[in-house]
Parts: sequence; structure tokens; C-alpha cells
Amino acid sequence: MSIMNVLALVCLLYVVFLFAVAFGADRAARHGRGKWLRSPYVYTLSLSIYCTAWTFYGAVGFAARSGLEYVTIYLGPTLVMVGWWWTLRKMVRVGRSQRITSIADLISSRYGKSNLLAVFVTILAVIGVTPYIALQLQSVTLSFAAFSETEQAGNGLPDMQSTALWVAMGLTLFTILFGTRNLDANERHHGVVIAIAVEAVVKLCALLAVGAFVVWGLSDGVGDTLARIDASEIARFEVPGSRWIGLTMLSAAAFLCLPRMFQVMVVENENEEHLRTAAWAFPTYVMLMSLFVVPIAAVGLDIMPTGSNPDLFVLTLPLQAGRDGLAILSFLGGFSSATSMVIVAAIALSTMVSNHMVMPIWLYFTGASAVISGDVRHVALLARRLSIAGVVFLGYLYFRVTGGGAALAAIGLISFAGVAQFLPALMGGLFWRGATRTGALAGLGVGFVLWQYCLFLPSFGPSIIMPQSVLEQGLFGLSWLRPQALFGARDMDPLVHAILWSMLLNTGAFVLGSLLSFPKPIERLQGAQFVNVFDHSSTTGGWSGGMAQSEDLLIMSQRIMGATEAQALFAQAARRQGLAGYLPEPSPDFLQELERELSGSVGAATAHAMISQIVGGAAVSVEDLMAVADETAQIMEYSSQLETQSQELARTARQLRQANEKLTQISVQKDGFLSQISHELRTPMTSIRAFSEILRDTSDLTAEEKSKYSSIIHDEAVRLTRLLDDLLDLSVLENGQVVLNTQTGMLSNLLDRAERAAGVQGGTLKVKRNRDAEAIELSTDLDRLGQVFINLIANARKYCDGDPPVLSIRTRVLDGQLVIDFMDNGSGIPLDKEALIFEKFSRIGQTKVGGAGLGLAICREIMTRLDGSVSYLPGQKGAAFRVSLPLPRRIAAQ
Amino acid sequence: MSPERGPVFLARRTYRRRRLADAARLLPIIGTVLICIPLLWQGEGASGATRTTMAMFYIFGLWVLLALIAGIVSHYLRASENEEPPRGVGD
Repeated sequence: MSIMNVLALVCLLYVVFLFAVAFGADRAARHGRGKWLRSPYVYTLSLSIYCTAWTFYGAVGFAARSGLEYVTIYLGPTLVMVGWWWTLRKMVRVGRSQRITSIADLISSRYGKSNLLAVFVTILAVIGVTPYIALQLQSVTLSFAAFSETEQAGNGLPDMQSTALWVAMGLTLFTILFGTRNLDANERHHGVVIAIAVEAVVKLCALLAVGAFVVWGLSDGVGDTLARIDASEIARFEVPGSRWIGLTMLSAAAFLCLPRMFQVMVVENENEEHLRTAAWAFPTYVMLMSLFVVPIAAVGLDIMPTGSNPDLFVLTLPLQAGRDGLAILSFLGGFSSATSMVIVAAIALSTMVSNHMVMPIWLYFTGASAVISGDVRHVALLARRLSIAGVVFLGYLYFRVTGGGAALAAIGLISFAGVAQFLPALMGGLFWRGATRTGALAGLGVGFVLWQYCLFLPSFGPSIIMPQSVLEQGLFGLSWLRPQALFGARDMDPLVHAILWSMLLNTGAFVLGSLLSFPKPIERLQGAQFVNVFDHSSTTGGWSGGMAQSEDLLIMSQRIMGATEAQALFAQAARRQGLAGYLPEPSPDFLQELERELSGSVGAATAHAMISQIVGGAAVSVEDLMAVADETAQIMEYSSQLETQSQELARTARQLRQANEKLTQISVQKDGFLSQISHELRTPMTSIRAFSEILRDTSDLTAEEKSKYSSIIHDEAVRLTRLLDDLLDLSVLENGQVVLNTQTGMLSNLLDRAERAAGVQGGTLKVKRNRDAEAIELSTDLDRLGQVFINLIANARKYCDGDPPVLSIRTRVLDGQLVIDFMDNGSGIPLDKEALIFEKFSRIGQTKVGGAGLGLAICREIMTRLDGSVSYLPGQKGAAFRVSLPLPRRIAAQ
Repeated sequence: MSPERGPVFLARRTYRRRRLADAARLLPIIGTVLICIPLLWQGEGASGATRTTMAMFYIFGLWVLLALIAGIVSHYLRASENEEPPRGVGD
């Protein structure tokens, strides 16, 4: 059995083993077993996809060409890792709290969930990473070729293209199987992660084994190896300072920005605490990975025939020494490095491509409605699978087209420089609230163009894509535009030159763009969320929902997340809101939660867009906020108006009730009056009739009797006349037809007259007066005023039931008003009658004493004519009336 | 440090934690500076520059040291603890 067949068999077995491991891990995770899957060491090992085939094979080649310089590729990530407290902690926290699915998602989320930015980053990442995937395919085919070369040309060289194609297809299958098992890209891909961790162990062991073999097998221990290094071409440490620093910084930037690193570091992160372990374990891992690189390179340069490819020393040294087993282990190490990188890169890129490009386009073409169209879940999965195939195929295509010529390390660094263009937008987004979408777009644009112009396009070799003339004379013959000597920076290392200018101008454009532009509200909200993630880790830019239809949301979510999960989520939310069933109120909190869940599946920008479709574009904008505030103000104003109106209504109702009561009472009074008046009229009429009949029919009446009966008739007629006079008087007063006859006189005299007229003298009523206070000269219609007084005194005489009845008349001057109170010591007027006593025909109770009930009504009319008033004074011991009359100013001043 | 001030246990711990966070922040900066040190050796001696082996010893020694310190610092520093607003007590 030839070594090629053994190799193929081992390879196949290894792949089967990886499938089994991934399958087992996925199963264990699904059944809730396998706590070890979430170990920080698994996390650390998964980070080792940083070490790709490029580092596995290429580092030795790198070292063979330029000595110790290769360590910069590892030192950068080491610095980032030991400085986790600065950056990684924040990135992981943001990634977890915002349910970030990729670096494009992070950048787009930060800058207002801009899909344009996401698309831009995605395209840049695909362009930057595709050569890198090609590199992995190339390294696998090269290592196959290395084996076949030892086969003394027996069955000829295997077709390199077909090897690459097989590898590409196998990797696509694996990635689709384990990378798209669940749609939620934010969920952990346990199978993939554990497979990567196993591969990380394999590649480390392989490299250490080869290293140990070189030091203790091919050389005589450490001392001899060091001597060999000292004797080799790379004995002297001659690293240009610019490259040393530049490459360290570049690798550090790439470590943060590479889509696959972001995938394992942030997206697959199970627990922030894992960073604590990775902080020392990852530097240790890469240190071990690079420990034997220089010895292998030095010994390889010493032993191997000149002209052999130093990139394959790791493989060819054991083969040369006839250690096939070790060679196969080494091959597996390289194979592991290549496959793990391609798998994770494909997952990361496919997530970006499907979430930010395929899904939005699909949504756009399906009528931009997530509700009506078919199963989004299906489409998203399909999109992701096709994207994986597409990305790997693109890598294969690149490999086919370029023919795998250039040195491995060169492509790797060019790719690094490409993705490093994300750094200003990424770091600015995490640490600077002033960073805006415009700035990010400007920075990325400038950086991308410069990277293409200075590094990527020239890398294809002169005159392949970029004409030689441009390379030598600059674009349009402008010498300061020469791709490798921009702005007159001649004699620089092309890589450092490109990094310097692209990063410098990228950062410059980013900062300038941010300073000059004004962010949209959602950008500002997201900016605050990202920069101050440790202050509030939970919330994202909100929904001012309320109009959203929960049912529509459920229908949409079912299509994305799957029916069971979506229903569980909705039911849980409904329970939290205290509702039964599956439909919670579309509260802003719930919408936010839902968006985060969806963004785990389709990315933040798409999730945001889908919810906006249903909620009706209710993303927060200042205009919205203002409208809401305005509405609120209007509502508040309106409700205060309502309140006033309802108060007014209540007042009116109260008044109406009072009026109604009064009317009812008046109607009762009127009935009472009619019976009273008929009685009053009837009584004198009866006696008049009776006595006139006696006078007419009785002939033998004495003169005395005649006179007596005639006077009775007369008296009754007078009484009738008085009653009719009163009625007439009131009618005249009410119609305002009265003519006032102004006279001047003393109040005391007036009261004296009134007392006499009321018939107090000789009665039981005792009147108390203070004559000193009554020495006030009045100038008014004294007859009318006297009429009021007479009425009040007569009332007291008639109704006061005090024993003995006493009427006090108090006179005072209050605020320019003459105030005369008539207060008796009787039982007063009941509260419910107080409103009625001034009404016409009002008579309180069934009084023994006659009266038409017109007196007080007349009094009130008179006082109104005299610009004064008469009112009932409640709360006194008996009935109390107050007569007020304005005084001429001269008197009031006294 | 003034132990006689005797801050309460919590404040003292907070103080320690904050200094640990400072150390964690400082580590990559110090690391960057130390990584650049070999560049200073290059001009040394007219006969020849620094030997690769020497630089290797330095770099790998530094590497182990960085990992070690990072391990110690991270051991006491929990990622999930948020940075409290600065307080006067104990600082």
C-alpha cells in the first residue's frame, strides 16, 4: 500500500472522526449534557483557528525567509488577548447583549442598524477572506503533492485541482451539516466548536512533535539546535523596525476584525468569564505554536536541498528522514488548520452574506412583506447554506484562477490588511459615542480603496490586473499616486506602506466624517448602548410600538424561529404581561425582546426592518418623539379642557337641580297660594255678602247695627283692596315701572314710623333699638324703604314665637354700606325654606296669621330698585333679615 | 497605601479590584513596549547584529511572562463585574 493511499485513508478516517465528534457534541448539547462543551478551555482552543494552515506551514517558510519576524503574527493577538479588559470584554458584552451575529452585524448595529454599512462590510470581508480560503485549499493540495513527490513518480502527480475540489466539497458538506443546524446564528454551534477544539489539539501536537523531532532527532538537543540556528542564514536578528511594529499591530487588528475570529470569540462565546482563561491560555497556545518554528526553519535550511519550498519543511523534514508516521501526523496538523479555518470562515461569511444581502433582497422582491410571504425560516436556512457553498466555491475559484503561485505568507498578510480596515469603525463604535454612520462609511470606503490600490491589486503581479505603468509611474502618470510609493513615500516596504496609508486615511476619514455629520436618533441610541454597555447591558434602541399587530408578529416569528419556539416566546411574554394565551400586548419591551431574538437568526438590520414593516416603521426618530410629545401635550390639554368642562357641567347640573327644586317648590307654593288667595278673597267676600244681605233683607235694624255691619263690610273691602294693592304694587315693581321719590330724612325717624305702622305698640313684641347708631341721614325713597321696614317688623310681630317675642334692630355702617339687621328670638325659618321666602306667594307652613305671602317679595323688589338688598341671615338664633343700602360717600366717610 | 486608615472590608476589596483592572489595562501597553525592545539592539556592534537565538530567548521569555501575569491578573478579575463609579473611600 503506497503512502498516498495510507494518507488518503488516514485523512478519511480523520474526517469521519471529526464528523463523529461534532455529531456527538451536538447531540450532547441538545440533550442538555456535556458541560465540558462549555469549558473555557474549549473556548480557548476554538480561538486557535487564528492559527491556520498559513501559520502551520507558512510560519516556517516565513522564518526561513526573514528570521524571527514571523512571531509578530502571534505577538499581536497575544497583546490583544492579555489586554482583554480593554476591548474583548466590551466586544463580547456588546455581542451578547445585542445578539450580534457577525462583525458586519456589529458595525451595522452600532451605526443605526444600517444595512448599507452591513452590506459594505460583508463585501469587504468576502473580498478580504476569499484569498485566505484559497490559501487553505492551496496548502492542503501542496501537502498532498509533497507526499506524492516522495512516491518516485510511480502513478504520477495527483491532479492538484481535483484535490482542492474534493477538499472544498468536503468542507462545504461539513459546514452545512454542522454550521446551519439551527438558524439562530447566535446559538452556539457546539459540534463545530468542539471539532475545531479537537483540531486545535491535533495541530499543536503535530507541530510540537515535528519540533521535538527536529531538536532531538535531527539535532543533538537544544544546544546543537541553537548552534545550527547561529550558523544558518537567519542567524542574525535583522528585522526592520517598521515591519516589526507594523506587523504586530496588523495582526492585532486582524485578530479583532477577522470574521472567523469574531465568530469564535464573540458569537460562539458562552460566558464572558471564559475570557479570563483565554487571556493567559491563548498566548500560551500561540507561544507553543511558534516555539519550534525557527529551529525547524534553520534545520530545514541546513538539511533540505536548496530550492525546496521552505513552506513545507514541517512536512518534508519528517518525510526526508523516513518518518512517515510523523509526516502523516504533521499532515493532519496542517489539514486541521486548513479545515477549521475554512469551516468557521464559511460560517461567519455565510451568516453575513445571507443576513445582510440575500435576506434583504429576498424580502424586497417578495413584496417587502414578512407577513404574507412564505416560510422565511426555510429561506434563511437555504440562503445560509447556499452562501456557505458560495463562499467556499469562491475560494476554490480564486485558487484555480491564481494557480496557487505566490508565497503563502504574502496572501495571508494582504488578507489581514484588508480586514484590518474594519478596525477604526469597530473601535470607534465601541469607545466613541460621536462616531457616526457617515464616518464609518467614509473610513471603510477610503481604507478599502487604498488597500485595493496599494496592496491587493498589485499582489496579483505586475500587469495582471494593475498595469505595470501605473505601478511605476502612478495613476494617470502622477508620480505621487504610485501604488507603492503613495504621496512620495518611496523605498518603504510595500506592506507597511499600504497599512500605514490605508489605516491613516481610513481613521482620518472616519473621524472627519463623524465630526462633520449628524447622527440619526437611532444611531445615537445605539451609540450610547454600545459605548456604555457596562452601564446598561440589557436594552437596545426602542420601539414606540402599540399599533403592531401581535398576531402578525407571531406569524412572522413562527416563520423565522420555528412555530414552537415562537409560540413559547410569545406565550411567555403574554404571561409576563399577565395575559392568557399566545398574544402579548405589543409593548415596546416585548418588541425589543422579539427583535433581539429575531436578530439572532437574521441579523439586527433585517430583524429591525421586519419588525418595522409590521409595526409600521415605528423606529424611534426625533420627529416621532416630537410628535409623541406633541400628541401627549394635546391630549393633556384636551383632558384638562374636558376636566374643566365636566366641572362646569357638574356645576350646571347642580344649578339645574337647585332650579328644579325651586320650581317644584314654587309650583307647590302657587297651588298653596291659589287656595290661600281664594280663601283670603273668599273670607271678606263672604262676610261682605252676608252683611250686605242682612242690611238688604232685614228691615228692623237699629242704626247701631247698621253702622256696625256697614263698617264690617267696609273693613273687609279695605282688606280686599289692600290685597289687590299689594298684588298691583308687586306687579308694578317687577315691571320696573315704579318711579322713585327721593327724599332726605333720618333713619331713626323712619324706623319710628315703621314701628308704629307695623302696629307694634300695644302688642306683645318688644323692639330693641340703638338710637345712637340710627342717627344717619338718608337720601332715598323713604316711603319705599319704610315699606320694607314695616314689612319686616310686621313679620316679626306676626311670626315670632319667642316668649316674650323680642326684635332687635341693629344698624351699622360696613364698607360704605348701611346695614340694618332685623333679628327676632323666634324659631326662625327652616333651612329648606330659606331660598323661598323672598318668592311671591311664599308662606311658611300653615300659619295661623293671615297674609298673602307677598310682603318679602315686595321688599326684595323695592331694595333692588334702591340699589340695595334684603337677604335672610342664616345661623342666627331666630329669623334674621339684613337690609343693606349704599350710603352716599359723604356719610360713609363719617 | 495606608493600612492604618482601616477602610472597611468592602472598600478595600473594591480598591484592590480597581488596581487589578488598572494592571489588566496596563499589561498590553507594557507588552507592546517590551516587544519593541529588540529593535534597539540592532545597531549594536559593528561586527554583526543581535543573534536570532538571543532575540528568541528574550521574546519567548517575555511571552511566558505576559501569559503568567495575564493569568494572575485574570484570576482575580471577574469579567462580569462592572466598573463602579469612582468613589473617594479607600482610594
